[in-house]
Amino acid sequence: MSTFLLLTITGLGLGAMYFLIASGLSLIYGLMGVLNFAHGIFITVAGYTLWFVESKLGDVPVLPRFLIAALAGLVVGTVFAALTELVLIRPLYGRHIEQVLVTVGLALAVTALVTAIWGSDARVVAAPGWTGQTTTIFGAHIPNDRWIEIATAVIVLFALEAFLRRTRYGLIVRAGVENRAMVTALGIDVRKSFTLVFAIGGLAAGIAGVLYTLYSTTVDPQQGTSLVIFAFIVVVIGGLGSIRGTAWAAIIVGLVQQYANYYASSGLGDLSVVLLLGIVLIARPRGLSGSFA
Amino acid sequence: MALLSIQDLHVYLGESHVLQGISFDVAEGGVTALLGRNGVGKTTTLRALMGLVDRRGTIRLAGDAIEHVPTHKIVRRGVGYVPEDRDVFSTLTVEENLRLAERDTEPRYDLVHELFPELRERGKQPAGTLSGGQQQMLAIGRALLNDNRVLLVDEPTKGLSPLLVTEVARVLQRVSELTTVLLVEQNLGVVNRVARDAVVLDTGRVVHIGPAKELLADKPMIHRMLGVG
Repeated sequence: MSTFLLLTITGLGLGAMYFLIASGLSLIYGLMGVLNFAHGIFITVAGYTLWFVESKLGDVPVLPRFLIAALAGLVVGTVFAALTELVLIRPLYGRHIEQVLVTVGLALAVTALVTAIWGSDARVVAAPGWTGQTTTIFGAHIPNDRWIEIATAVIVLFALEAFLRRTRYGLIVRAGVENRAMVTALGIDVRKSFTLVFAIGGLAAGIAGVLYTLYSTTVDPQQGTSLVIFAFIVVVIGGLGSIRGTAWAAIIVGLVQQYANYYASSGLGDLSVVLLLGIVLIARPRGLSGSFA
Repeated sequence: MALLSIQDLHVYLGESHVLQGISFDVAEGGVTALLGRNGVGKTTTLRALMGLVDRRGTIRLAGDAIEHVPTHKIVRRGVGYVPEDRDVFSTLTVEENLRLAERDTEPRYDLVHELFPELRERGKQPAGTLSGGQQQMLAIGRALLNDNRVLLVDEPTKGLSPLLVTEVARVLQRVSELTTVLLVEQNLGVVNRVARDAVVLDTGRVVHIGPAKELLADKPMIHRMLGVG
């Protein structure tokens, strides 16, 4: 029982991480039709900013130091994402091949740049002590950082839902996911929403970057790109452009990965997720939410 | 002066030269019908006026050139658009569809609800669950919400029952009292009832311009140009 509970909570924690990354990817593809292969570097940029700022605040106690550095990571990740849209993506709307090439190129370039400046070795981040400890529930020792990951993902989910349901920009995004040309034909400059959605995606990915740093207490140049692969799978399973579908898919993928790794064989988690993707694509090609994958 | 003036308008869709230098004017007030057989470029003409397809030529709205103006700014200059397939946002409610279309500080909900009382009753219903006729009402209502100078309406009676066709014709008549309408329509009964002028296209070219009633009274010409009658 305690093992199952531990696997479930850690699986949900993993799913939370995937959701934070995939929600931005899903909105970006749904609204703009952009397959953003550079999404992983928003995680890397936020993580490295956190590490860099934290390393410059040596005299400050750990908790405020981490919080200040995390905030800096989120701001830089968000601004970086918005600039990516404005400078690189905007001139290429409607040119899908070029967009893919430029996002892949950006991902490779930033990873190479980070490696060139700070090396390929992981850099250690001092996380607040409590996050490295465990809480015992029904005999299961649950790492505390998982609670933070889950709680943060739930808050982000509700915030995104509120944004999409209760604001005019959210209305424009939901309509734009369905029919971008018709939104324009109502007199709305949909490009402003593009930048906003990229910034929101960058913020969510930045949050994932901060939480991943909390979990691993390190940053390394490859962490963003390795996480984003599973986020893409989550997006396809959830249905492109759907936040709720993405949330459900992230939970399922996180749990399947954890259960398979423990109950089948270590390493089978990744394979089981790919199998799950295949099953969903055959049985429900539009993903869980029904958007066409 | 014409409210809308189109000169030497060309549109290429892929390899196809869909509009081959069409020119015509839309006078202020009333309904100008854009007629022609299937595939002659009527819908493309409206899409070109809206800036939804790449085009070449001159388009003037009340004397101002708009051929290089992006779609959203054309709309803000007072051009409303009711597309052929309605294009309501199916996952949004009726209320949300209307709210999205609001541009004016005082959107004309009174007019929309007077013409289409059902839209008020079905405000919370997702637009995708409406019938074809109700979706058409929503598409027209969305365009009427703002005080447009001209409405481009593309086949509003397509796929509707005879009863609803009559209803749409009644609405178009009322709308033409409020603003200028450029109407693409296959149903000649509706055209006869609402249109003052007619422009006929054939294979991407204008082949006739004149009063709608005169055209519709000339059966041989109707048969030759439109293949009906």
